[in-house]
Amino acid sequence: MSCIEQLKYRLYLERTSFKEARDYIEKNSEEVYYVDPGYKIFKDYYIIGVPPVALGVRGDEILFTYVKPCHGTFVMGIDSPEEIARLRESEAEKIKKTLKEGQKKGSARDSTETKTSIISFGDMYKK
Amino acid sequence: MTEGKKALLVMGCPEVPVQISIVIYLAHKLRKAGWDVTVAGTNAPIKLLKVADPESHYVKKTADLDWMIQEIVEKRMDFDACFAFMHSDAGVAYGATFAAISKAKHYAVVFGKNAEALGESIDYPAEKIVAKATHNPGPLKSKIDRVVI
Repeated sequence: MSCIEQLKYRLYLERTSFKEARDYIEKNSEEVYYVDPGYKIFKDYYIIGVPPVALGVRGDEILFTYVKPCHGTFVMGIDSPEEIARLRESEAEKIKKTLKEGQKKGSARDSTETKTSIISFGDMYKK
Repeated sequence: MTEGKKALLVMGCPEVPVQISIVIYLAHKLRKAGWDVTVAGTNAPIKLLKVADPESHYVKKTADLDWMIQEIVEKRMDFDACFAFMHSDAGVAYGATFAAISKAKHYAVVFGKNAEALGESIDYPAEKIVAKATHNPGPLKSKIDRVVI
């Protein structure tokens, strides 16, 4: 048994489908991050689920799915600024990695697209 | 050809009777073909398995489901083939997780009353073995025999 069940958690949905649990997190979080199944939270819980697996942040609370074979999917919330910081950090790493890969693979066409999108982004602010 | 290859059988919730029967059958079949077979599950299906096979004649190795996920994620263990047994949405979530973390060839063994609809909902990369079977293991056994020769 994972340590999650020993932590102080709030239960928002129980015995539901994974899709409904993901929808709940997407609709009820201030920030939503998508991780791969097997992402580790709270030292020893490896998230189970069908990709994309959503994790939500609401204030200091992290919202996540918890799947039990005989009971379905639960949406739980636990206050953890540490886990939220780790999640944001891993998201920043992912973006950095994607940018680096983009630079490596970047063809002339790709760089044109990047320039175009930067110009469009700037234009949005001008308006 | 299969000598030394490793297969993992992932059991879901044991409430549908055909699961244990087919797990024992498939484990035996794979072992006879030279596979090194491990069966993973939570306490309940593992207990059912151990009572049905008290001298580990058919299933030599068993493992806790959460521990197995941890070992694969941490890259301490992996398999060549993975058969995930499922008859519910939670079973599909486990199957998708193994497909995401393990380099094995994946099989989704889908059974139970809603096997067809559940099978159609699976969109992760796996070969589907689907049979509407609850008490009678025959239909699922036939499907398994077509895939695992």
